[in-house]
Amino acid sequence: MQKALKKYFPIFALPTVLAFIVGFIAPFLMGIYLSFCKFRTVTNATFNGFENYSKAFANQDFLNALVFTVKFTVVSVVTINVLSFLLALLLTKGIKGTNVFRTVFFMPNLIGGIVLGYIWQLIINGVLLKFVGQDIYYNANYGFWGLIVLMNWQQIGYMMIIYVAGIQNVPGELIEAAKIDGASPWQILKSVTIPMVMSSVTICIFLTLTNSFKLFDQNLALTAGLPARKTAMLALDIYNTFYGRIGWEGVGQAKAVVFFIIVAVISLTQLVATRSKEVEN
Amino acid sequence: MKKKMVCALLSAAMVSSMLMGCGSDSTGDAGKDAETTKTDDAKDDAKDDAKDAEEETTASAEGGKVYYLNFKPEVAEDWEALAASYTEQTGTEVKVVTAASGTYEQTLKSEVAKTDAPTLFQINGPIGYQSWKDYCLDLSDTDFYNWLTDKSLAITEGDGVYGIPYVVEGYGIIYNDSIMQKYFALEDKAVDISSTSEIKNFETLKSVVEDMQSKKDALGIEGVFASTSFKAGEDWRWQTHLANLPIYYEFKDKGVSDAQSIDLTYAENYKNIFDLYINNSCTDKTALGTKSVEDSMAEFALGKVAMVQNGNWGWGQVSGTDGNVVNAEDVKFLPIYTGVSGEEGQGLCVGTENYMCVNSQVSEADQKATIAFIEWVFSSDEGKKFATEKLGIVPFSTFTDDEKPSDPLGLEVSKYMEDSSLTSVSWNFTAFPSQTFKDELGYSLLDYCNGQSDWDAVVTQFKDGWASEKEMAATE
Repeated sequence: MQKALKKYFPIFALPTVLAFIVGFIAPFLMGIYLSFCKFRTVTNATFNGFENYSKAFANQDFLNALVFTVKFTVVSVVTINVLSFLLALLLTKGIKGTNVFRTVFFMPNLIGGIVLGYIWQLIINGVLLKFVGQDIYYNANYGFWGLIVLMNWQQIGYMMIIYVAGIQNVPGELIEAAKIDGASPWQILKSVTIPMVMSSVTICIFLTLTNSFKLFDQNLALTAGLPARKTAMLALDIYNTFYGRIGWEGVGQAKAVVFFIIVAVISLTQLVATRSKEVEN
Repeated sequence: MKKKMVCALLSAAMVSSMLMGCGSDSTGDAGKDAETTKTDDAKDDAKDDAKDAEEETTASAEGGKVYYLNFKPEVAEDWEALAASYTEQTGTEVKVVTAASGTYEQTLKSEVAKTDAPTLFQINGPIGYQSWKDYCLDLSDTDFYNWLTDKSLAITEGDGVYGIPYVVEGYGIIYNDSIMQKYFALEDKAVDISSTSEIKNFETLKSVVEDMQSKKDALGIEGVFASTSFKAGEDWRWQTHLANLPIYYEFKDKGVSDAQSIDLTYAENYKNIFDLYINNSCTDKTALGTKSVEDSMAEFALGKVAMVQNGNWGWGQVSGTDGNVVNAEDVKFLPIYTGVSGEEGQGLCVGTENYMCVNSQVSEADQKATIAFIEWVFSSDEGKKFATEKLGIVPFSTFTDDEKPSDPLGLEVSKYMEDSSLTSVSWNFTAFPSQTFKDELGYSLLDYCNGQSDWDAVVTQFKDGWASEKEMAATE
C-alpha cells in the first residue's frame, strides 16, 4: 500500500500541483519580477532596478498606511481574541439555547466584506449624523473605530467556534482534579483551560493577525481611505498606488512585495512564539 | 459535547445555504437589480451570437475581427445590438465587452495584455494618450478623422492622429425652470430680474440663490443646490469639473494648454461658486461625505432642489428616478459663473473625454476591420440613429441637422454651442496630472466642507499637488 501510494503520488498530486503553480507560484514570481520593472500592462515590462522600491519608501502615504495598519491590527487582534474567548467560555457552560447563540454569532462571518462595509457605513453614519451631526468621513478616528467594530462583529463568531472546540477538548478529569485540589474557577481558567487551548490561540491569533493586516474589502467599502487617505490600510494604499498615477504600476507592485514580506515575517514570528507555549494533551 | 459542536456547525452551514438561496432569488425579483441581470443576459446572448457568427464566417476571406472595449455601461446593450447587426450584414465578427463603471483603465490594462486584445478602445485625453501611446494607431488617413467637424478636437502628435472624439458633452448648472418661475413670481423677491435667462454673472446668481434659500419653504424646496456629493469616488463634479474653470481662465490668460505648475490666480472664483453650492444646499455641509452623485440627481428629480451641477449625460438619471416630478421642458442649463470679469459671454463647459483609438499592436486585418466597423457606426443610418439617440452630440460631418439628440439637456448643450455670442469653456481637466491629484484635491475640499481646514489649505493642495504630480509624471 505504502509503495503504491509512493508510486502514484505524482499522478494524484498533479492536478493540485498544476493549479498551485498556475494560480499561485507563477503570478507570485511574476509579481516579484514586475516589482523591478516599469510596466503598463504585464506584457510590456522593462527592467528598471530598484527605482520602484526607492519611490515606494519615499512615498509618505505608504508609511502612513503602515502605521494605521499596525495600530488597527494591534487593537483588533486583542479585542477579537478576548471577546471571542469570553463568548466561547460562556457558550460552553451549558446555558439554555447555546446552539442558537453559536449559530447567531457565527452568521456575520458568512457575509462578504464589501456588503458588510456598506451596511456598517449606513449604520454608523445613521448614528453619527443623528447624535453628532457628522459622518464617518469627518474624522479619521470614526473610521478607525468603525473598522474595529466591523471586524469584531465579523470575526468574533468564527474565532469563537475555534475556541469552543478547544475548550471542549480540555479533558474533564483535569478540571475535576483541579477542583478537588481546591482551585478557584479563576485558577482553573488560568492554569488549566488556557494552557490546554493554546493550540486554538495560535490558530486564532494567526488568523486575526493576517486578516487584519491584509484587510481590503471592508476598508474600501467602509471609508475608502477617507478623510484624505487617513484611514487607508496597506492593501488599499497598494491598490491606490497602482491605479492612481500613470507609470506607477511598478511602484504599487514593489509595495505589494514589501507588504508580503512584512505579513510573512510577522505571522511566522507569531506562529513560532505561540507554538512554544502549547502543551501536549 | 462534540456532537453538539457538529450540530452547531451543520446548522450554521444550513442557514448559510438558505441565506444564499434567498440572496439569488431576491436578485431576480428586485426591480432595481433586474436591469443588471438583463445586461448580463444580453452580454451572454451577444457572446453566443458572436460565437455563432464566428462559426459561420471562419471561412470568409476578410479575416479581420473587431473587439471593442466599451466605456459606457449605460449603452452596453445598444452597442451589443449594433455589433450583432453589423455582424449579420457584413460577416465580420464584432465582440463588445463593457467595463464596469469606473473600472475602464483596469479592464483595459488586463484585456490588452491578452492575446485576444481589444482592437478598439478609448482614452480620456492627452494624459490617457501618454499612457497608451504604444497602443494607438495613426488614424490620419481614415474617413473617420476626415469627418470630424472640428479637427482640433482630435489627439495628435506630430503628423499623426491617435485619438478621435466620438461624442461631445457639456456641463453646467442644471436648473428646474418651474421652481425658478415660482420664485420669480414671488412678490417679496430681493432681485429685480424676472427670469433665469437674465442671470448673466456670478453676482446675480448669488443674490438669486441666497434669496431663494431664505425662501425655501415658500418655494417648497429643501435647498437651492443638490448635495455636493463627496462619497468616495463621487467627488468628480468638484475636483474635476468645477476645478476646470479656474484652470481654464488661467490657461487662457497665459495662452497655454498645459503647464508644469500653476498659480491658481482664480482661486477666489473657485471658492465663490463652491461656497455658494455648500452654503445653499439641501444637505448640511458637514454631512456631505455620505452623498453620491445619484443622491444629488435624485434630489433634483424629486423637486427637492432647484439646481444641480452636472452634464447632459445626467438626463437619464433624472428621468429614470422613481417619482420624478421634473418635466423635460423645464430642465435647462445655466453656465457656471464664478465672478470672473467678462463672464457674461461664457457658455457651458463643452468638450470630450471619449476618444476612440485603434490598437496598433493587433494584426493589420483586425485594424482594417475595426476602422470599417467604426466608420459604419458613424455613417450608416442604423449606426447614426444609435449615435444620436444613445451617445448624444456627435462631432462628425456625416450627421445632418435633423440628426441631433432629442433629450432636453443635449438640446440645451447644442443650443449653447450654436449661440455665437457665447464662448464655450474647454475641458482643460484632461490635462490634470493624475487621478491621485484629483483624489487629493477632493480630500482637501471635503476637509474644507467639514471645517477641518480653511480654504488656503485647498489652494495649497491644488497648487502643490499639481506641481508634484506633474513632476512625477515627467520623471517617467
